[in-house]
Amino acid sequence: MRRVVEKLIFERSHRGTRGALIAGLDVPSKGVAALVPADLRRGKDPMLPEVSEPVVVRHFTNLSVLNHHVDKDFYPLGSCTMKYNPKINDRMASLPGFAYLHPMAPEASIQGALALMWELERALAEITGLPAVSLQPAAGAQGELTAMLVARAFHRSRDDHDRVEVIIPDSAHGTNPASVAMAGMKAVEVKSNAEGRVDLEALHGVLGPRTAAMMLTNPNTVGIFERRIDEIAKAVHAVGGLMYLDGANMNALVGLARPGDMGFDMMHLNLHKTFSTPHGGGGPGAGPVAVRSDLAPFLPAPTLVREGSTYRLEEDRPYSVGRMHGFIGNFLVLVRALAYIRSLGAAGLAEVSHQAILNANYLLARLTPTYAVKYPGPCMHEFVLSAVKQKKQGARAADISKRLLDFGFHAPTTYFPLIVEEALMIEPTESEPLGTLDRFVEVMIEIAKEIETDPEKVRNAPHTTPVIRPDEARAARQLRVKWTPTRDDG
Amino acid sequence: MLETIGASSFEKLLAPVPMHLRLQRLLDLGEPQSEYQIARQFEALAALNDVPGKFTSFLGAGSYDHFVPAAVDHLSFRSEFYTAYTPYQAEVGQGTLTTIFEFQSMLAELTGMDLANASLYDGASALAEAGLLAASVTGKSKIVVAGPLHPNYAQVLATYCRGQGIEVVADPSPDGTINRGWVRDALPGAAAVVAQSPNFIGIVEDLSGVFADARAQDAKAIQVFLPHALPLYKTPADMGADLAVSEGLSLGSPPSFGGPALGLFTSRLEFVRHIPGRLVGETVDRNGKRAFVMTLRTREQDIRREKATSNICTNQALLALRATIYMSLLGPQGMREVAEQCLEKAHYLAAHLSSRKGFRLPYKGPFFQEFVVETPRPAWEVIAQARLKNVLPGVDLTRFPELQAGTNRLLVCVTEKHTRADLDHLVEVLEGAARG
Repeated sequence: MRRVVEKLIFERSHRGTRGALIAGLDVPSKGVAALVPADLRRGKDPMLPEVSEPVVVRHFTNLSVLNHHVDKDFYPLGSCTMKYNPKINDRMASLPGFAYLHPMAPEASIQGALALMWELERALAEITGLPAVSLQPAAGAQGELTAMLVARAFHRSRDDHDRVEVIIPDSAHGTNPASVAMAGMKAVEVKSNAEGRVDLEALHGVLGPRTAAMMLTNPNTVGIFERRIDEIAKAVHAVGGLMYLDGANMNALVGLARPGDMGFDMMHLNLHKTFSTPHGGGGPGAGPVAVRSDLAPFLPAPTLVREGSTYRLEEDRPYSVGRMHGFIGNFLVLVRALAYIRSLGAAGLAEVSHQAILNANYLLARLTPTYAVKYPGPCMHEFVLSAVKQKKQGARAADISKRLLDFGFHAPTTYFPLIVEEALMIEPTESEPLGTLDRFVEVMIEIAKEIETDPEKVRNAPHTTPVIRPDEARAARQLRVKWTPTRDDG
Repeated sequence: MLETIGASSFEKLLAPVPMHLRLQRLLDLGEPQSEYQIARQFEALAALNDVPGKFTSFLGAGSYDHFVPAAVDHLSFRSEFYTAYTPYQAEVGQGTLTTIFEFQSMLAELTGMDLANASLYDGASALAEAGLLAASVTGKSKIVVAGPLHPNYAQVLATYCRGQGIEVVADPSPDGTINRGWVRDALPGAAAVVAQSPNFIGIVEDLSGVFADARAQDAKAIQVFLPHALPLYKTPADMGADLAVSEGLSLGSPPSFGGPALGLFTSRLEFVRHIPGRLVGETVDRNGKRAFVMTLRTREQDIRREKATSNICTNQALLALRATIYMSLLGPQGMREVAEQCLEKAHYLAAHLSSRKGFRLPYKGPFFQEFVVETPRPAWEVIAQARLKNVLPGVDLTRFPELQAGTNRLLVCVTEKHTRADLDHLVEVLEGAARG
């Protein structure tokens, strides 16, 4: 379906129109001229659009339908855990007692919110097996940064100042090395072996007295469990390093195994992945950090403390890495996550990882004959196909991704992880029924057949989307990052 | 399914997970709960919180309760926006990409800055990112904070800087404004000067001078601004800011207990290749049709890894959407009226309050919607008394020991939502509370 060219909201503007009425001033007016000194006053009004409410509603409604979204259909974006977002969670987050609560309200006024945070901290501690939790980090990457700062503070507290290296597998998410750099440390890459797992020999080669920590994703980004995790953790601990879990793939483990039992000392969780809070077109998420008890003093301040039946936020934390968020974190995301955990209960959470693993293995088994698989299964909650065969026939992984859009599916994560050529990383999540999985398989097989007979059709895909292969090079070269009224084509 | 997989049991799929690492019990998280059980529990918790409806609040200090039109909720809760991921596939993400482009455009207009990114986590981390950017482009490792900056922002800035060995020094500013002489002395060797206006205690300052001093020392000028003040006041661009950041949650979202928030990040064009986070740009598709894509992606962590300008991945797109819808509904006239009402009502309240015995305004200088009032009794006592009358009168400044403001100071905030009756009631309640 091709749609008419969308106008920008600025291009719908009519002078003097407005979409919201502000009540009249009910105090005696002194006037801006009297209250704002002339040398502080703004020159001219900002050129915001002047549009009525119906125009606004129609504009954004028409824009919205250009999006693919998980309420519409399958979103097999590997590593992103695009599961269904139960609606009760949003209703709870919209309760005025939460949504309108002010972060600077006195402690007596926020006891319900703090109690909820306490319950979530305890639930996440139970799920991870790591007893101390900070809910402050706003997203997974900020959780990583927090944990790296914790590792740094921990070593320094022991007068161990030379530990600046963090070991990261070559299959890791890009946020890992970026977070290490932001924390002022150095990322040291360790190779994966032929199974797609950490090469233990290579690991021993990079470990040493400068090792601050190892960051590991488990199951890793090719969707397989690090079966020698015990040995990895032992090796890292033996040189005095800390083990950090990138919790992006926790959907494979929830209720099944606990990182704290595997030798991990710290981890983050992506509440917007594992705990179903909606992604909102790219956020907000939340990235709580859980650590073993002796690392608790280093967690961000303020820290939530319970005394009898009351709660307070403790600011005075001498060993803390400091504050990560302007207030206490992404509270309304926390509300949603706790609603999800309570809704599912222990049995439901165990079912999450069970079904996610089953769904992924089903897709892997059905797609294996058609697409190459560098690291054979069984997989955990996701897997990586390689379009090397299709590339030889004339269409690449990116083309397959684009062609999937024509069939109403979102694309898999493409060209990641970097250790798999022509990678297509697929994560079905537990939400998808068998019918959807079968439909996806049929389409993937059909696309493979198209590549055999008519690769150009796939290479030129998509054919049915609102826009087709936008020119990214031009966007970067002729940089235009805001609307301007003087444009020649507007 | 197992048959298709070729596994005789689900256990076989778990073969790589060593037996001793598997949890041999259910988590201690109780039984599954129905929606109405969840609702009852969460409503009970929400009822323990003091919120508008039950309480009249004059709390600000970085979180502002402005009116949110109904259409903002209606549109932002649409599944198409709400349950989409980051628009990695531009062909099926034009809805999100277009709204981000509009968001960037509106923010650039409001601040006068050359460009805005697609959002960061919150105002505090936006400031921290601006500080790191300045250090990175100048190769210097000191940041000078001029005048009263939100103490939480200062703390987050310090956290982000500590790892990279960047020193943060702050102007003691006892009179509530920038001490320009002190700043000038601190500037040599600095990567940036950071100044907030309106500042933490509400005073609006012209930062042009201190920013010119910074430029003279090759330091970048970073302003923490307040979006709702901008329709009336000089923009960060007018004052010569290189980078301007803020908390944008109050543009279309309720206080939310502080989060999820909306980090606003704007800059001059010359820093475009150094900015953190996502940026949406305009281009054309294969058929020459206007299209929007995430651009200058080589700054980002998934491509550049340890050399990325920031580690940020997830941002606050949904809050940015809400801000975009909000600014569309209000338009220039609505935004100006909201600002004027905040200004007028805050001054009405300040005048009435300071005319009462024992109350005074300890700081001089023009203010917008927030001001500090000195109370005859310790602020915590006044707050406790007022709470009994269902009023949250302001923030006790002793919560921020770094301000050294003494025990009797309240930071009071007014928005367009307050009526004259609310303001008169506050004066009456505070007078009563002061008497004890």
